[in-house]
Formats: sequence, structure tokens, C-alpha cells
Amino acid sequence: MINAMLDGLLGLTSGLTNLHWSNPVMILIGSILLYLGIKKDIEPLLLVPIGFGAILVNIPSAGLMEQEGFLRTIYEMGIATELFPLLIFIGVGAMTDFGPLLENPKIFLLGAAGQFGIFLTIGLALFFGFSQLDAVAIGIIGACDGPTAIYVTSKYAPHLLGAVSVAAYSYMSLVPVIQPPIMRALTTQKERVINMESQSQPASKTARIVFPIVVTVAGGLIAPKGLPLLGTIMLGNLMKECGAVSRLTKASENEIANVVTLLLGISIGATMDGRSFLNFQTLLILAFGFIAICLDTVCGVLFGKLMCFMSGGKINPLIGAAGISAYPMAARVVQREGVKYNKFNFLLMHAVGANTGGQVGSVMAAAIMLSVLQGMGII
Amino acid sequence: MDNVTFGITMIIVGMGGTLLTLAMFSLVMMLLKKIFPMKESEGKSQ
Repeated sequence: MINAMLDGLLGLTSGLTNLHWSNPVMILIGSILLYLGIKKDIEPLLLVPIGFGAILVNIPSAGLMEQEGFLRTIYEMGIATELFPLLIFIGVGAMTDFGPLLENPKIFLLGAAGQFGIFLTIGLALFFGFSQLDAVAIGIIGACDGPTAIYVTSKYAPHLLGAVSVAAYSYMSLVPVIQPPIMRALTTQKERVINMESQSQPASKTARIVFPIVVTVAGGLIAPKGLPLLGTIMLGNLMKECGAVSRLTKASENEIANVVTLLLGISIGATMDGRSFLNFQTLLILAFGFIAICLDTVCGVLFGKLMCFMSGGKINPLIGAAGISAYPMAARVVQREGVKYNKFNFLLMHAVGANTGGQVGSVMAAAIMLSVLQGMGII
Repeated sequence: MDNVTFGITMIIVGMGGTLLTLAMFSLVMMLLKKIFPMKESEGKSQ
């Protein structure tokens, strides 16, 4: 009888006795993520479930990430199968207005330049001794696009998923802090005050409907490995532009996106077990993620300067910074910086064009990367 | 494949491929606007 009671009491202490030093640290980190999401309003839709997931998975003996644990079930269902990021992409496509980009298609090129940081960071990560697939996962933080980063990492470097996701979402929300100093350092006063003419060639409804179909087919033929990413974002956009399936469009951008964001967040948090998360490698990944976004901004602004030169000074190079995928935050940063130097300069629509170009650019960059990896026989 | 070859290939083919693909999309957009120009009724509604 007494033995049975002692055994029962031991069962109540198993959480404490199995506590590893890293677990309380991770519970603290999870709490910081919750604080940033709740009090500082930094990507709350993701940081709250990620933070809570990190706390849950660091309570020992609960077995939430073991074979039949509920977090493992969610992870296997949506992350391991890559379903969650793709469902989010349908919502992203449904929420994105490619109108400003279609009005001024040349700006699309800025969306390519804004992805160069991905590839440069891959080189850097390789230099620091990361394996090829790990370097790819680290580089993709430079896409400034959470679902793309999760899609690539969960497929080719799932052990880095927690660090890469936290880096991707954290730096995305820090774009208003990271970008302005780089924009100022790389442009002259004369360039910053360039007044861009308003766009005067809106696209017809038919062109807007045909655009996602053509891009899906052309992009899919060029980089078939990335077709799930490109196809889902373009499906969402087609639904929005055609106007024939408004119920599906609304469901994609609201109900589906919300449910999937919750499940995605909590299952990312569940990958942050202290024993595997707290190491020097995680710190390096966070540092490389920061470098990747800085390099994206540098390349975008430098390409903007090139376009400014080629156009005879008609393009304000500041809009190059919006070539990254953080939509619409990067476009707002450009507008704010532009107005600082010329209060009659409204760069917002041009920057939104570059920003949507960056969204397609990040997806295409990931698609091309995966297809190149396939071509080289690495995946 | 060694890391140097892999890294250089990724940088050149990745950056070049992304730029060329988006340049192609840009041309596609211009073409679409020519093939499907804005109708007068659409212009008025906007």
C-alpha cells in the first residue's frame, strides 16, 4: 500500500526529475516570444502559437512530440507533408494585389534583385562549414517569406526548422528597423528625392486573370520542383481576380489561413526542444538570417540605382528595398523614407509593385533553387 | 560535389535564373497588357 502511494507520488515528480537545464531556458525563450507577440505586436499571429508550442514541448515527460503526441500528429500532418505552408500560400495569393506590378512590369526586376541575399547567404553558410542542404535552408531565410522558408526547410533540413522559422518571422517584423540605415547608406540625397511619375497604364481584368495562369505554366516549366509554391500562390490570386469564387477566396484569406496559421505556429514551436535547439548552430543561423535580409536590401537598392541610371533618373532607387517579400511592410518603409526627403514624393504604389514582385521573386528563387538542387542530383 | 563548386553554382545559376525568370514574367505582363487592353467600360468603372 505504502509502496503504491510512493510510486504514485513518483509519477507526480517525473516532470521535475526529467527536467534538462535547456528546458527552463526554452520556456523562458517561449515566454519572450509570447511577450513580443502580445505586448509588442510583433507578428502575434505566429509568435503566440510558436511561443506556446515552445513552452509545451519543453515540459518533460508529456511526450507531446513522441509518436502519438498531439503536436507530433499536427507536425506530421501539415509540416512533414508541406501542406501548411502551401495552404497559407493560397491565402497569400488571395490577399495580394498584383495591380501595381502589372501597371509597371519593369519593377518586377527589383523583386529578383531582392532575392540575391538568399544565394549569397548560401555561399556564406557553406564557407562557415554548414552542409549543402543546411546552407540552402539558412539561405532561404533571405526570402523574407515565412511559408517559403518553412516549405524548403521542412523538406530538406527539418532539424533546423525551429531556428529558421523563428529567424524568418523575427527578421520580417524587424524590416522597418533593418532597412532604413542601409537605404540611406547606399543612396545619395539627389536620388532619394527623385519624384516618380504616377503609373498610367492599368491592366485590364482579362490580363489580371490570365497573368496567374501564364506565370504558373511558365514558372512551372522553368522550375518544376517549386511548382507547389508558385501554383498555390497563383491559384489564390486567380480566385481573387476572377471574382467567380468569392466564397473560396474569402475562406482562403480568412478561415483557412487562420486555422493553418495556428497549427503551423504551434507545430513550429514544437520543434524547439531545448536539447536540440540550444546550441551554437542556432545562434549562427540567426546571424546568417540577419545577414541574408541585409544583403537582400543591399542588392535591391543597388539594382534600383542601376534602374535609376538606365532610366535617366526616373526611378527612385529607394523602391529597390521593397523588392523583398515582406509584404506590405517593406513598401511602407520605402514610402516613409521617401517622404522624409521629399514630402511630395509618393512612392507607395511603386514600392507596392516592387514588393509584390518580391513575393513572386521569393517563390521563384526557392523554386529555382530546388530545381537546381535536383539538377545537380543533391535532392 | 564539393562545397565551392556547389556554392558558386547556386550563386550564379540561382541569381541569374531568378533575374531571367522575372524578366520573362515582366515581358509576359507587357504582352498581356497589349493582347488584352483595358476596355473603355473598365476604365470608366475604375
